[in-house]
Amino acid sequence: METLTTLILIAVGAALINNFVLHYFVGLCPFVGVSRRLDTAFGMGLAVTFVITIASLLSWTLTFYVLRQGAPVTAWIGGFFLSPDRAAEIDLTILNYIVYIFVIASSVQFVEMYVRRFFPPLYKAFGVYLPLITTNCAILFACLEIMKHVSGASSPAEMWGLHEALTLAVFGGLGFTLAIVIMAGIREELDLCDVPAPLQGPPIAMIVAGILALAFTGFTGVDRGLEEALRPEKNETAQTARSESAPYPHEVSR
Amino acid sequence: MSDGPTPLERFINGILPENPVYRQLLGLCPTLAVTNSMKAALTMSGAVLFVLFCANVLVSLIRSLLKPHLRILVFTLTIATFVTIADKFIAAFMWPMSKELGPYIPLIIVNCAIISRCEICASKQNTRTAAMDAVGQALGFTLALASIATVREILGNGSWLGFSVLPDAWPNWVLMVLPPGAFLTLGFLMAAVNWLTMSQKTKSANEP
Repeated sequence: METLTTLILIAVGAALINNFVLHYFVGLCPFVGVSRRLDTAFGMGLAVTFVITIASLLSWTLTFYVLRQGAPVTAWIGGFFLSPDRAAEIDLTILNYIVYIFVIASSVQFVEMYVRRFFPPLYKAFGVYLPLITTNCAILFACLEIMKHVSGASSPAEMWGLHEALTLAVFGGLGFTLAIVIMAGIREELDLCDVPAPLQGPPIAMIVAGILALAFTGFTGVDRGLEEALRPEKNETAQTARSESAPYPHEVSR
Repeated sequence: MSDGPTPLERFINGILPENPVYRQLLGLCPTLAVTNSMKAALTMSGAVLFVLFCANVLVSLIRSLLKPHLRILVFTLTIATFVTIADKFIAAFMWPMSKELGPYIPLIIVNCAIISRCEICASKQNTRTAAMDAVGQALGFTLALASIATVREILGNGSWLGFSVLPDAWPNWVLMVLPPGAFLTLGFLMAAVNWLTMSQKTKSANEP
């Protein structure tokens, strides 16, 4: 029950409250570029969700077993060359960006080959956007977020397991899909409107996204209410912990 | 590509005519995320300048060795190396700023503005052109970030670079510091840039 509560909170947080696009601004390029038609937007959302899941699975595994300080595989290999104490101290987290980008690029390549082999029509529909997922910041962002909770966790009890990492990835991807689909729906209608010339194209898309983000700020506090409903006894400590941590720019000055 | 734009043209191109943010709509994630204060925007621009310059120079030095199907991978790995350096540097000397920028420094790796410069310019031209191009693009990026941050910080906090510029009676417009304000500011600034270009074009069309 406790685990399930945590998972629900992570899921709601990633999909609605801290939506990848509308709160953290990651994955904006496809959000502006591919949100002209509803069906491609939906396909793009699903493809991103799929790649995020694979990349998070791989990056969690690598971070947990290889990269973090005291990781089992690294300590085992290091044990051949160093004393066990020294081997347990090896910290490879400095390599994390290079490793993640490699993981993402190769999983996108893999997905591309798979889709081309088994779903040719889908492959044609995606066109150039499929390889472009490599440079989608949402995926790297999910990997980094997971890294923060694995190698940056203050105690082993707070370290995220694979199920938590996958929940963040899947629901973050679904939140991205939700945002891009709503956006595409609005932009299809917008084609019929008389928009002033300087605002046409990207500027009006940005303004629509701003209003959408405004709507999504309405979800702020839903997590607190959910937490209260799901585990009333822990609520007090959770609230103080939340107000102290302000990891991102726009939360600092709030 | 000997008949391409000269280094100086490349340099000027990056600042306004091909501004990465306003014209090419590239690198939008950090643009929106770090512009709630001027300091954060300037730090981010510095990091981007460093990474873009180093990556462009290195890519143009190894351009004869690039294999077409592996080039994006080589670009991203090069960029990732320099981003690691920049990230560790900021974490070592500017810890509060590193905290504030959070994941957006590592996200420079997938900043399309940098990858597109490696692809369009550095992988085809000599090192000097690539270096000038990098500086020009980074300056354009800095200008864009600074303009957005100016609007957002003054309206949202009543301050600029940490100094308060508006009277204390100014009700802080918190919305401008929050995510929606970022989208709205960028939308209206883009519209302003478009409007300026359009009015210039009609002027030059009427003159001759």
